[in-house]
Amino acid sequence: MKEPEKLGILNINSTLYKTRLSPKFLKRKPYTPPSQKAIISFIPGTVLEILVEKGQDVRKGEDLVILDAMKMQNIMKCNIDGTIKKIHVKKGDKVSKGTILLELK
Amino acid sequence: MAVNKKIRELQEKRKKILLGGGEQAIEKQKAMGKWTARERIMALLDKDSFMEYDLFVEHDARDFDMDKKSLPSDGVIIGSGTICNAPVAIYAQDFTVAGGSLGQMHSRKITKIMDYALKMRMPLIGINDSGGARIQEGVNSLAGYGEIFFRNTISSGIIPQISVILGPCAGGAVYSPALTDFVFVVDKISKMFITGPEVIKTVLGEEISMEDLGGARVHSEITGNAHFFSMSEDECFEQIKRLITFIPRNNSSKAKSVEPGEPDKKYNPERIVPDDPTLPYDVRDVIKSLIDNSDFFEIMELYAKNIVIGFGRMGGRTTGFVANQPLEMAGVLDVDSSDKAARFIRYCDAFNIPIITLVDLPGYLPGVDQEHAGVIRHGAKVLYAYSEATVPKITVILRKAYGGGYIAMSSRHLRADFVFAWPTAEIAVMGPEGAANIIFRKEIMSSDDPDGTRKQKVEEYKDKFANPYVAAARGYVDAVIEPKETRRFLMHAIEASENKIVKVLEKKHGLPPF
Repeated sequence: MKEPEKLGILNINSTLYKTRLSPKFLKRKPYTPPSQKAIISFIPGTVLEILVEKGQDVRKGEDLVILDAMKMQNIMKCNIDGTIKKIHVKKGDKVSKGTILLELK
Repeated sequence: MAVNKKIRELQEKRKKILLGGGEQAIEKQKAMGKWTARERIMALLDKDSFMEYDLFVEHDARDFDMDKKSLPSDGVIIGSGTICNAPVAIYAQDFTVAGGSLGQMHSRKITKIMDYALKMRMPLIGINDSGGARIQEGVNSLAGYGEIFFRNTISSGIIPQISVILGPCAGGAVYSPALTDFVFVVDKISKMFITGPEVIKTVLGEEISMEDLGGARVHSEITGNAHFFSMSEDECFEQIKRLITFIPRNNSSKAKSVEPGEPDKKYNPERIVPDDPTLPYDVRDVIKSLIDNSDFFEIMELYAKNIVIGFGRMGGRTTGFVANQPLEMAGVLDVDSSDKAARFIRYCDAFNIPIITLVDLPGYLPGVDQEHAGVIRHGAKVLYAYSEATVPKITVILRKAYGGGYIAMSSRHLRADFVFAWPTAEIAVMGPEGAANIIFRKEIMSSDDPDGTRKQKVEEYKDKFANPYVAAARGYVDAVIEPKETRRFLMHAIEASENKIVKVLEKKHGLPPF
């Protein structure tokens, strides 16, 4: 007698369906809203130059980090007026996409 | 020289080139668990049917010591033959010769057989096993690839094009398979990626093996680049042969009819769908209860399992099937399943294969990841594909068909020719629970017994709307049928629509949501 398979539950519009859940669905990252206060690498690359220091006051539009990626120098700019709270990387670091480079407060 | 001496000279020349890269290189190929190019062609094609062309082609490159290198047949074998008596054109890259690398003459041979296949309107099979562009030949190699991709595109939809990945297929070379109709991969043998592990390590510092980056499983389960997965080259060839028997030779022909047969009695359509509408079942059992000999040839079995696609036969005629799979993710439509279904619908439409759609879905998968991945755009592909298709379209609504899912799955409104529904069908704008949340919200919230009112409203909605009769009353459903009548209705529909003609408005082409 075959063992009944253990199924998961999927809620579609308030109805609960017993079904197999796919690996892609189970591995999905829950959504977190993006923060203006974190400067995150949008592309994998190498940190070429950090143009600011911890504690420094910065204005919106100011250049913060130069990221060397895809044979180009990519300048990461500031989105808000603030102060540099923490710098997570140093010159020469290789970063993947989505790495927090520095934080503002 | 005497005539028989000349004949012997030809035989000697042939023998030498037939060895490809030589005994040592062949040993290396075997050690990797791979067959040689020639062995592959012989295994795939009918016995004694292979006619080879361009055996004596040589490169004329001079840079980087190329003038000192003699490459037998320039590393690729081309020709034509038959598979199950159906003519096919074929090329197989020879990894034993310069790693199967593509140079100018190598690509000329491939484009020659591609032109031949198109001109003679026969399927093209490409066995890819190559280290990539022959660096020594520089831009000529790039030109070679470009000429191949162009032809893949021009031939698309006129002749079936099949790619078999039996070795590395990296960098630009992967675009040829991506442009073809069906891609076959073999576990541990196929490797497909645009940038390989070494580059990824240098640029990103990420370590990943070739297998995990672009092996057969990855492309069958995750990327959707492959359509057929097998554990051995043997198994792969059997799959290719089977596919060839289902599809027509070109877009002006219909697939060959065979002796019809009855479905296996062990698949009883009355006993597959459970009584509880929230419980799953395997929709493939329903398919098998309807097709000749219950012989279902599933395509992309490991990808987007929440929708099932494949070929079966109805009365001996090849038929394409698209079915929601309640066993996986409740059979929802999402980004991947939309892609999977849409392309298959267009394939059937291009090659005169009628489409039978079995519907049982609660809707689209909710989620930020889905929305941000573009489920709107991808979902629209299914609507586009069904609307555009002019082959006979027959729909059977088995159970749930809610909201947008009802429309997308080959509804009357997308011009399905026949729409049948089982008594278990629930054709409604949404499920009873969801409806209670929205339509009866005020009543439930203002009630003294919200739970009780909710239950009552859900029941009311269920009775009134969770059935096929509302749709049938408007003629959106042609007939509500008993499951055991389904095959009979389908056979009638297929026969009746054999000579279907639809006038299509003239345009260069539309803009499917790519």
